[in-house]
Amino acid sequence: MNALRQYIDLYKSNRQAIEAHAPAAMNALRAEALEVLEQTHLPRRGEENYEVSDIDEMYAPDYGVNVNRVELSADAAEAFRCDVPNMSTWMYFFFNDVFRASRKSPSLPSNVVVEPFSEAAKNHPELLSRYLGSVAPHSDARVALNTLLGQDGLLVYVPKNVVLERPIQLVNIMNAGGPIMAVRRLLVVIGENAQAQMLVCDHTQNLEHQFLVNQVVEIVAEANAHFDYYDIEESTEKTSRTTSHYVKQAAGSNVLINGITLTNGVTRNDYVVSVDGEGAETQLYGMAIEGGTQRIDNYTHISHNVGHCKSNELFKYVLDDQSVGGFTGRILVAEGANKIEAYQSNRNVVATDTAKVHTKPQLEIYCDDVKCSHGTAIGQLDQDAIFYMQARGITKEEARTMLMQAFMSDVIDTVRMESLKNRLQRLVEKRFCGQLHQCVDCSNSCRDVVMGDK
Amino acid sequence: MLVIKDLHANIEGKEILKGINLTVRPGEVHAIMGPNGSGKSTLSSVLAGNPAFTVTGGSVEFYGKDLLAMAPEDRSHEGLFLSFQYPVEIPGVSMVNFMHAAINAKRKYFGQEPISASEFLKMKREKSALVQLDNKLASRSVNEGFSGGEKKRNEIYQMAMLEPRLSILDETDSGLDIDALRIVSEGVNKLKSANNATIVITHYQRLLDYIKPDFVHVLYKGRIVMSAGPELALELEEKGYDWIKQQVDNE
Repeated sequence: MNALRQYIDLYKSNRQAIEAHAPAAMNALRAEALEVLEQTHLPRRGEENYEVSDIDEMYAPDYGVNVNRVELSADAAEAFRCDVPNMSTWMYFFFNDVFRASRKSPSLPSNVVVEPFSEAAKNHPELLSRYLGSVAPHSDARVALNTLLGQDGLLVYVPKNVVLERPIQLVNIMNAGGPIMAVRRLLVVIGENAQAQMLVCDHTQNLEHQFLVNQVVEIVAEANAHFDYYDIEESTEKTSRTTSHYVKQAAGSNVLINGITLTNGVTRNDYVVSVDGEGAETQLYGMAIEGGTQRIDNYTHISHNVGHCKSNELFKYVLDDQSVGGFTGRILVAEGANKIEAYQSNRNVVATDTAKVHTKPQLEIYCDDVKCSHGTAIGQLDQDAIFYMQARGITKEEARTMLMQAFMSDVIDTVRMESLKNRLQRLVEKRFCGQLHQCVDCSNSCRDVVMGDK
Repeated sequence: MLVIKDLHANIEGKEILKGINLTVRPGEVHAIMGPNGSGKSTLSSVLAGNPAFTVTGGSVEFYGKDLLAMAPEDRSHEGLFLSFQYPVEIPGVSMVNFMHAAINAKRKYFGQEPISASEFLKMKREKSALVQLDNKLASRSVNEGFSGGEKKRNEIYQMAMLEPRLSILDETDSGLDIDALRIVSEGVNKLKSANNATIVITHYQRLLDYIKPDFVHVLYKGRIVMSAGPELALELEEKGYDWIKQQVDNE
């Protein structure tokens, strides 16, 4: 079986509609993507780096794609009641894969571009043609599929020397009357000496249907650029998601990515970072709290192509019930890339006999003068600590919660936005207390969001 | 308040307590002494509800309630406090959050509202002064990186915060220098009242110079083999345990 076939067929029979509702810069890339997809398959469980995830299986159900860009009746303002950090951001939405802007967001500094591809194609065609597809390769079938079926995306462009004073927030909401696939793309270009922070929140607001999300994130950090990217997934057990992050770093750039999986169904995240300039720093963090039959699989690949760079990786999971976690981390230090410092760590708490974790930390080093380490640990909660806390009157349940939260604290501490850090602490606490299930149950009153023109 | 009758307990199938009988009344201080491996720490662990030990016989009543039927946290709420011989380090959980959770758990047990921030701060300040506990430790993770003396003072600080009816001090003197010993003992003495009681488990007479016992018991091979007044501790200091061992072994 090849799950790609149905999507190729879907493309062929809807090609006109797909291209009619998409900008030329996206249409220009489809032929190449199609050619690649005709000759490949989505990775299956058991293939190298797919010990946990079966991508083919994730894509196998017959998901519909909104090729005609039908406006969904759900009122996003009504629907958006999720527990997002209460902070001042420039806020944008994807409703499934249809873009909407928040009317309330304050105006951006001049020259900063945050626009859907459909608008950017008119206002900044040169940016799209220059950067779209420049980082994420079609050899990755999920990227090729995204190119083949994608009809819109979000361009974030922060020009040279501009320092954004508040974060850009992208809220992705899944909700439809049937099983559909959302095809989203994000292109981020941070210019020389520019600085920006971005927060992406993935939500599913429908418990009934199965959804699939195919996301591709391309990040270009020019010389000395600083960029923080936080990705929080709060979806449902019926949501499958693959997100392929491709990052290109120039000299002196500093990129921090933190992927947080609070609730989900089946998730596979890929982080492929190419460090091409000296003096660059990469921080790659992730955490997941899994229960039920949830699955989280993170794949990271940092290529240190030049010397004098630093990278630090930390991924932590708490796995309860029958959940499954996967971590594959690879650090490549190319020949001649001396004076690299690269550290990688994956630590897991497996709380039950039935939860599983597969972890594979890898270093591939082709030169001598480097400092690198990798490590992994799998353990249970400290029983002595639980008894000590009980002896002070803290219930066993609460003691477990406090310990699991403590376990995640160093990943949360990497967040460089104070308000987000505080909010995450609360979200994680609520998640461990079982109070965070789905957005539809959420009673938190978040920002009063007024949607753009419909 | 505490009535222990014929208590038997084992760990991994090995019987450690072989019939303990002990009664403690409010206002009393009991010292339990004895050679290594006699079961002193096992007794304190069993009373606190450590799941590593299995009770195989006997009963423990605490203010008329069946102590052994209670979860460890409920024993704490009912007023039992164990000062650990080896306080556990809990990385990532700050002292202040830990204590706050403990206080509120107890209040919840008795149907009370959570403590207010100002009340908690006031209480924290008062109680930490009692054992001269550095305020900086409050923001640190529980016991992590604490010196031996700080850990033991931290135990007595927690005792002061929780205001137990019965405190069991398990070798609180081990690893303490003479100044720390004095501070810890003074703390314990200040917390003493006609309504609460203390069981002091120790190897040495030294601690009993500071915390004066009303009764001294000798635990040997899982049983209390001798009970007397404070003079027994002095006698043990002078003569050691061999004469008691011989006496028991010859029986």
